[in-house]
Amino acid sequence: MIINLERFIDEERPYWTEFETLLDRIAADPDTRRNLEEIKRFHYLYQRTSSDLSKIQGFAREPELGRYLEDLVARAFGEVHEVRQKPHRFTPFRWFFHTFPQTFRRHIRAFRAALLITLVGALLGAAFLAIDPASKDILMPFSHLTGDPSDRVAAEESRLPTALDDGKSSFSSYLMTHNTRVAIFCMALGITFGIGTLILLFHNGVILGAVFFDYINAGETEFLFGWLLPHGVIEIPAILIAGQAGLVLAGALIDNRSGIPLGQRMRRCANDLLTLIGGVGVLLIWAGIIEAFVSQYHQPMLPYALKTGFGVLELAALILFLTRAGTKTPDSRIET
Amino acid sequence: MIRHQENTLTLRTPEGVRFSLVLAGPSVRFLALLIDWLCILLVLSVLGLLVTAASLISLDFSNAVSILLSFLVGMGYSIVCEWWWNGQTLGKRMFNLRVMDRQGLKLRFSQVMVRNLLRTVDSLPLFYMVGGITCFLNKRSQRLGDLAAHTIVIRNRKTILPDFDQLFSDKYNSFKDYPHLAARLRQNIDPNDAAIGLQSLVRRDELRSQDRIALFSELAAHYRKLVAFPDEAVDGLSDERYVRNVIDLVYRQ
Repeated sequence: MIINLERFIDEERPYWTEFETLLDRIAADPDTRRNLEEIKRFHYLYQRTSSDLSKIQGFAREPELGRYLEDLVARAFGEVHEVRQKPHRFTPFRWFFHTFPQTFRRHIRAFRAALLITLVGALLGAAFLAIDPASKDILMPFSHLTGDPSDRVAAEESRLPTALDDGKSSFSSYLMTHNTRVAIFCMALGITFGIGTLILLFHNGVILGAVFFDYINAGETEFLFGWLLPHGVIEIPAILIAGQAGLVLAGALIDNRSGIPLGQRMRRCANDLLTLIGGVGVLLIWAGIIEAFVSQYHQPMLPYALKTGFGVLELAALILFLTRAGTKTPDSRIET
Repeated sequence: MIRHQENTLTLRTPEGVRFSLVLAGPSVRFLALLIDWLCILLVLSVLGLLVTAASLISLDFSNAVSILLSFLVGMGYSIVCEWWWNGQTLGKRMFNLRVMDRQGLKLRFSQVMVRNLLRTVDSLPLFYMVGGITCFLNKRSQRLGDLAAHTIVIRNRKTILPDFDQLFSDKYNSFKDYPHLAARLRQNIDPNDAAIGLQSLVRRDELRSQDRIALFSELAAHYRKLVAFPDEAVDGLSDERYVRNVIDLVYRQ
């Protein structure tokens, strides 16, 4: 059977035009709430146009008209069949103090894995340097770390207080943006089934281990803690959380035992990834400020005990925040 | 629910209706990306001028702002544009491309963020080589960011309601004088053959004259085999007129 195309178009055209106008209005203003009558009408027009498309595909095979109707149905499809919960209105305070720590705890196994691989890297980095001190040039990422730690400590401690006055803001900005880029990269590498994330975390661990061993071995432990703890106790966990996000992404890619299709798994983890990486961003802003404005000042300007004490306090606050914040509020997970 | 065919993605609605989306390939996406890079460069140049003016007050402050702006504009351009324009950046708008949820649903902010954050991997080692290769190898032309965010990039088709008025004119159709033969023709004709005739008439002006004559001659010959109209009905009819009469009978019962 072939339908009477002329009569069909004449009869249906007013509905298509009305539907197209309605879709244009929705596209122009997606946030406007529609009343029940408007929604009913929209649904009716969607069903009618879908039915028309079905007729054209089955009984007329007219591609141009078919494409026109397909376009109308495709535009309305997302509006009609969207069953995912609408995200709540974003409140930064609630997000940071409730959602972020809740998300962190929900994926604690991924964090433990990130911590473990970093620790393994750190142990190996220290061991490599202990066994082969000549490998220092390869292991250390920056030129100022390749020299003798005691020489550096002496140079830092003899620096005039005014020497650091210029460039603190730009240094802080550089640290924030650079570390955030590294964190995003660490998270994004989760798409390599987590292999890239693990390699990056391991590499970070190797560098950390080598630096710690080098300074402790040279008897500069006090300087090391005074220099690294104020910003490191935030920066290192932040990179670990970015690694945690990367492993969450990898977990969603790999986990096919749950029976949930890949697309659904990816959608489910998307909000958690953003929460984790957003939280990391906030932590790195803090770490960047501290590294530029506190960490670079050494004894006698700032006593090491004070800097170390500050670092320990920060770490305690961070642990308290990540383990306790948001425990009294319901889990704010959003199903996507 | 989803079937893939060439460079289109066909979705089936719960009502059983199929519709297809034309997927954008890596080359056109790269062109859109070049436009976006130019836009970012332009925005940064303008902001750079303003920041340079701030250096008169404090060089350190202006450097800090410059570093932060470069980061924010570089990372945020695509996120803001795609969220604001429902899946489009300036480059994508120019090439009629749009980011969509892979199942045809509404694009979510989390999807926009994830696909853009994963640019850091897609852009490796340079000029989006990883993303380009993945896009080229993936049957839905998805880069890694699209895979993670469950999105696709489609080409927006400019569709308008076709105009059949000139096709269905009220000119005399001699075949209608023979209703029993007209009924037999409708019964015998294959819907695909009818669709070919309809399309040939719709697109007749796009064909060169010799191709048009050859096409209508072939079509008329095929339709003549289905039903034999009396000589007085077909006398003096050109092949194109014959096809037009047949299509008129089939689609205007």
